[in-house]
Amino acid sequence: MAEPLLDIRGLKTWFKTDDGMVRAVDGVDLHIDRGETLGVVGESGCGKTVTARSVLKLIDMPPGRFEEGKILWQGRDLIPLEQDEMNKIRAREIAIIFQEPMTSLNPVYTVGDQIAEVIELHQKLSRKQAMAGAAEMLRLVNIPNPQRRVNDYPHQFSGGMRQRVMIAMALSCQPKLLIADEPTTALDVTIQAQILELMQEMKERFGMAIMLITHAMGVVAETCQRVTVMYAGKVVEEAPVEALFGNPRHPYTQGLIRSIPRVDRAAEKKQRLEAIAGTVPSLLDPPPGCRFASRCKFAMDVCTQAMPPLKEVGPGHYVRCVL
Amino acid sequence: MSEPLLSVKDLRKHFAVRGGILSRVVDKVHAVDGVSFDIAAGETLGLVGESGCGKSTTGRCILRLIEPSSGEVYFQGADVTKMNHGALQALRRDMQIIFQDPYASLNPRLTVGAIIGEALTIHNLAASRQALEDRVVQLLETVGLQPDHMRRFPHEFSGGQRQRIGIARALAVEPKLLICDEPVSALDVSIQAQVINLLEDLQEQFGLTYLFIAHDLSVVEHISTRIAVMYLGRVVEIAPARDLYDTPLHPYSEALLSAVPIPDPTVKRKRIMLEGDVPNPIRPPSGCHFHTRCPIAKPDCSQRAPVLEEKRPGHWAACHYRG
Repeated sequence: MAEPLLDIRGLKTWFKTDDGMVRAVDGVDLHIDRGETLGVVGESGCGKTVTARSVLKLIDMPPGRFEEGKILWQGRDLIPLEQDEMNKIRAREIAIIFQEPMTSLNPVYTVGDQIAEVIELHQKLSRKQAMAGAAEMLRLVNIPNPQRRVNDYPHQFSGGMRQRVMIAMALSCQPKLLIADEPTTALDVTIQAQILELMQEMKERFGMAIMLITHAMGVVAETCQRVTVMYAGKVVEEAPVEALFGNPRHPYTQGLIRSIPRVDRAAEKKQRLEAIAGTVPSLLDPPPGCRFASRCKFAMDVCTQAMPPLKEVGPGHYVRCVL
Repeated sequence: MSEPLLSVKDLRKHFAVRGGILSRVVDKVHAVDGVSFDIAAGETLGLVGESGCGKSTTGRCILRLIEPSSGEVYFQGADVTKMNHGALQALRRDMQIIFQDPYASLNPRLTVGAIIGEALTIHNLAASRQALEDRVVQLLETVGLQPDHMRRFPHEFSGGQRQRIGIARALAVEPKLLICDEPVSALDVSIQAQVINLLEDLQEQFGLTYLFIAHDLSVVEHISTRIAVMYLGRVVEIAPARDLYDTPLHPYSEALLSAVPIPDPTVKRKRIMLEGDVPNPIRPPSGCHFHTRCPIAKPDCSQRAPVLEEKRPGHWAACHYRG
């Protein structure tokens, strides 16, 4: 098998706080192949965003620190790299878009300036060429009147349009990997559909891979080829999308899928939602054993004693559960 | 049909937009632009729409947390909009609200016991200190919390637990109608299901009537008896939940439903992609507000505003060309 584009091995990103060490990412393994879309799902605090930011080393250190592990980008470990080396990889090879486009754009510069800055910096073009490139990118992401809109400021765009601007900026250097951190969470559902379609279009056009971080199982089902499910800093299941939804093996994944009401099943008999009891455990000095054990209806003694390993249960389907 | 518990007739709320150095009123936002609906005792009416459609403002106008500009709101036959302060206070025993953000809606300086007990004191519902405490304990247990939680402060609780505290506070005065304004949108999916199940249990136990305001169509479909869809300050469709999902009549409802991602990769549906964004509510489009984005708009849609008509039994839609 070809070498994966991105291969994260045993990554531990911890944060030092007054109360102790928070093990936000605590031994995560995941990989992304060229041109595929990997969904990383989980609830607030599961470590999905910290994992994504670790890849681009966008974690403030201190309080954060890489405790262990490797982040192999086309075979090369990113963790030991210095700032200037990282800057060559950011945007040009790996780009990122965030949940809240307004806070990721600078309000006092025009969007054209901001996109052109990226192009100028990474492609060594003149300002004029870069501005033309910016307008071209806006056209690509379907912003009407791109020639005029390059001179507008972020506040003059709606939420959906701002996310388009972010995508334009992220794709301006044609990265090989786009990390999308909850790109549609702040958007209305009709606008979410537009942005997801745009990402799909751009992926086909540029042949890039996407790491889609989200809590929305519906979005994952519709856009991803493979899925990694995270819980409390650990990967609990990894599978091709059909296998994950068709035959979820980890009790947490099963719970996640069953706890969502389904619009398309309106005609069937109304069922009570299957809620997962309890709340997510604290990541401050977590106890040994499976992190989900306290909420799991199948939990046994062995579950609280040692962390189960990830085992293969089908082609490309891994689960961290003793069952 | 017997008299509805709540009847909203042609409700309007215009917010003034001020500008210039003298802060003159330069414009008006038509947040709620002629909304009418009834809620029967014991049913759940879902109110859905995208950000800025006026659904939350409608909910707040009913309680007069925001003063409506015009229109009538009848609760058990009495017009809420004409009530004086005393009558309104008495009315609020019967109508309560729970809010979206469980972090912002609980006073951080009060203990949970004081937060829940406050309403009991205001309405003189507790004869003694002991009676008050007993009632608070009873309410905490009703919503699935522990009696000793009453001495703690809101920050010690997770989002889901805080939402339970908000529900206990609303239930304290034994209301008939509960306005739920996005009660689960700030919660993780596994916790969302817990709160939805709790709301359903409470409805059965106390015979509550709900106005359930949300943007998440799958949640609304799950919990509602009937659903009203809003777009730019107007109700465009109102129907029993199942009818709306099976045969949406208004093109907006149809597009909205088709945009909801389904958490099942084997389900492939045709998506109706809406062009552009929701127009500015300061200058809503003439005629039918939706005509600028409507896939079936005809020239006269920009001239004549459609009214809600009963196209099928119990199924109302505001469209010249559908139904």
